[in-house]
Amino acid sequence: MNYDVAVIGAGVVGGMVARELTKYKLSTVLIDKENDVACGASKANSGIIHGGFDPEPDTLKAKLNAMGVQKLYATAKALHVPHKNNGSFVCAFSEEEDKTVKELYERGLKNGIKGMSVISGDEARKMEPNLSPDITSVLNVPSAGIICPYELTIAAVGNAMKNGAELLTDFTVTSIINTDGMFTVSSADGRAVSAKYIINCAGCYSDKVANMVGDTSFEIIPRAGQYILLDKKEGARVTHTIFQVPSKEGKGILVSPTVDGNLLTGPTAEAVDCPMCVNTTPDGLAAVQKLAAKSVPSVQFREVITSFCGVRSSEKNGDFIIEESKVQKGFVNVAAIDSPGLSSCVAIAEYTVDILRNMGVELIENTDFDGTREDPHFFRHMTDDEKNEYVKAHPDYGKIICRCETVTEGEIRDAIRRDPKPQDIDGVKRRTRSGMGRCQGGFCKPFVMKLIAEENKTAMENVTKNGKESAMVIGKI
Amino acid sequence: MLEHDIVIIGGGPAGMAAAVAAWDKGATDIVILDRDDDIGGILRQCIHNGFGLHKLGRELTGPEYAAVYKKKVEERHIKVYYETMVTDLTADRVVTASNRDGILKIKAKAVILAMGCRERSRGALNISGKRPAGVYSAGTAQKLMNCEGYMVGKRAVILGSGDIGLIMARRMSLEGAKVEAVCELMPYSGGLTRNIVQCLEDFNIPLYLSTTVCEIHGDRRLEGVTIAEVDENRRVIEETKRYIPCDTLLLSVGLIPENELTRAAGIPIDPITNGAIVDEHRETEVKGIFACGNVLQVHDLVDYVSDEAEIAGMSAAELVLNGRTDGTAVNTAAGNGVRYVLPQRISNTDSDVALFMRVVKPFGKVRFTVKSGDEVLATAVRIKAAPGEMEKIVVKSSKLALAKDTVTVSLEEI
Repeated sequence: MNYDVAVIGAGVVGGMVARELTKYKLSTVLIDKENDVACGASKANSGIIHGGFDPEPDTLKAKLNAMGVQKLYATAKALHVPHKNNGSFVCAFSEEEDKTVKELYERGLKNGIKGMSVISGDEARKMEPNLSPDITSVLNVPSAGIICPYELTIAAVGNAMKNGAELLTDFTVTSIINTDGMFTVSSADGRAVSAKYIINCAGCYSDKVANMVGDTSFEIIPRAGQYILLDKKEGARVTHTIFQVPSKEGKGILVSPTVDGNLLTGPTAEAVDCPMCVNTTPDGLAAVQKLAAKSVPSVQFREVITSFCGVRSSEKNGDFIIEESKVQKGFVNVAAIDSPGLSSCVAIAEYTVDILRNMGVELIENTDFDGTREDPHFFRHMTDDEKNEYVKAHPDYGKIICRCETVTEGEIRDAIRRDPKPQDIDGVKRRTRSGMGRCQGGFCKPFVMKLIAEENKTAMENVTKNGKESAMVIGKI
Repeated sequence: MLEHDIVIIGGGPAGMAAAVAAWDKGATDIVILDRDDDIGGILRQCIHNGFGLHKLGRELTGPEYAAVYKKKVEERHIKVYYETMVTDLTADRVVTASNRDGILKIKAKAVILAMGCRERSRGALNISGKRPAGVYSAGTAQKLMNCEGYMVGKRAVILGSGDIGLIMARRMSLEGAKVEAVCELMPYSGGLTRNIVQCLEDFNIPLYLSTTVCEIHGDRRLEGVTIAEVDENRRVIEETKRYIPCDTLLLSVGLIPENELTRAAGIPIDPITNGAIVDEHRETEVKGIFACGNVLQVHDLVDYVSDEAEIAGMSAAELVLNGRTDGTAVNTAAGNGVRYVLPQRISNTDSDVALFMRVVKPFGKVRFTVKSGDEVLATAVRIKAAPGEMEKIVVKSSKLALAKDTVTVSLEEI
């Protein structure tokens, strides 16, 4: 197939770039090596919309974070993605750290961040009674927020598809060849697509993808972050996202409510060998608990429901790399997108399209573009009257499958049918939250498996957890 | 809003027995709400035998035991709402539920909580490593095998020697899987002795005590686990770590009463049992709301679930039909060697009360003493006692009348 643009990597950046491209009359294909979108860093991160005070001034991170926050709120709203402008606190624990808080405030001003203030520990504890008594001062950042990162990715890709983009999954790029200004991108399974332009959003693999066109200008250093997620019983422990000032020990561990009402603690920051190194470790999980308790001593870690690990695509220079490759015309790197990548993703997408414009790509507005996603009708968000009305027309929405998260059969069936279509249990989980609650799928998993088998007209043996070779059952008894 | 005398949440063994007992006591306006397409609860997937020996005097499988009670429910024409999930409960006994017809609201004179329990998950254990397919809680695997007819794997390790883990070790073996090991963190098994003999020893499956799974390996499907011995503080002893290749890890690491609705209604919970605080009628601290079965305390035997549910059912019926006036109330407490005592409160000392308890660790011969102040209310001697086997001691009303203060149960080794 011939396309104008091929976007490699269906994470939140690739998804947003693809969506941005569909605002123009360009044929766009989005490629991912996994069987679903949001399978890398986009599914396992803090889900924070950062205020933008942290990046060094005059960097791309500073610029795109500052620009990106309000754009992200607007986009999340248009795409019906759960998000909340809950504000963040950056906490100091000593006189020395009080100085850092002031420096961060000054930096924030330089970055153009509005509404910040430095408050005393006591003032902060009035707003957040569970904060540690050892906190001496706090940078209060009201513009910060929280968002569901994988839901955002799924929604962005779905919206791109609605506006004409194509998604190719299970497409592991093995070579990119440029012949007379046309790229041929080949996959491990023999498929190939052609495109005039390539946008490399391959996350932790973006250096390897760049290498395929001879670009060796950067190297990704995968950096793992481990998290512990707690039950909703702990979800109201804090209302703001609580950071610690960056110290010698690292960037610090956050304690934050999630948009779904849980409490999230983490991440660690450890250089790892490969992007697949997403294993949690006893030391990492112990560190998360210890440092989270430093900010919020009353967090009850016996209420943990799961732990997980994500890998950031960091680079030694510390800034985003968003530019046309210096060695290959028509090939744009959107790489090294670690924090604040999620906060900046909409701004990154716009900036990337600006690069294409500057490269001379003809951008004709797609007047049919519809940037909204239909409300996915999350049953748990409806009032009793809304439920009654919706169930009358859609009886499957009355049958609750996941009891911990109140997810109905109707939601699961619709999620399986809706672009981008999930292929397995984890894909359904990310779209509906079935299995994300306190029993972690103990009760709903067999039901979800049956629904996937039924909707996809396949055997139970073919239902997988997360990609090929991850079958849930091995055969009939 | 609908109105009923008694609403029972959950149609498992507890809900069914409570309904039958309440009906037989004369309260016939009863509804059972169940989330599944049939009543019977977890018994439906327990196709092994061993049920009913105490209660029915014969040995049945889980589905057979459930059928006995289902028949009683049907004979009494007790209304059951199937595929109906209760989503909210208030302290003034308004039950909100959801099914394919929409939202159902029922105002009840009495509510009986019989929601059962769930299994502790891998996440709650914080086992480090990756998150491949093939890691199941034992009950989920049991459902897939026994109700859906699918085999979950070929080579298994089981963490936790609770009864479900033991039963599944046998079940996997019977279907041709190799069960490499059952690992138990504690220095003793929490399962019934008969299950250790019949499910492990008879199948030559090793049980490693003071041993845990400390890492999970595999990107897509489970490839193996690292197990290790633990010291007396349950910390992993590094040099004992070893790798066992397997495609399945079953977790049988504890059951948690499903008390989300209980909490929603503001009912106080006992931090040890993880169930509601109740009196001898199985009435919670919120008047008119009763609890029984595994939502109240995790039981070893369904027979005792039925017994407990009958108490709740009869008490709810009595409350609905006659109202009730309580006498002097005393609290109960766990003393030396005893983990908890249920009921936590005795509202009425006019009749005999059976106290249920679990011990903190395995003991040899022990004497239990039930005391209030210096007054000995009851004693009982057991040849041995273990946390996995619930104890029952009946205190006579004549003795209870002497209780002026907290009733404490303690044990001494003899």
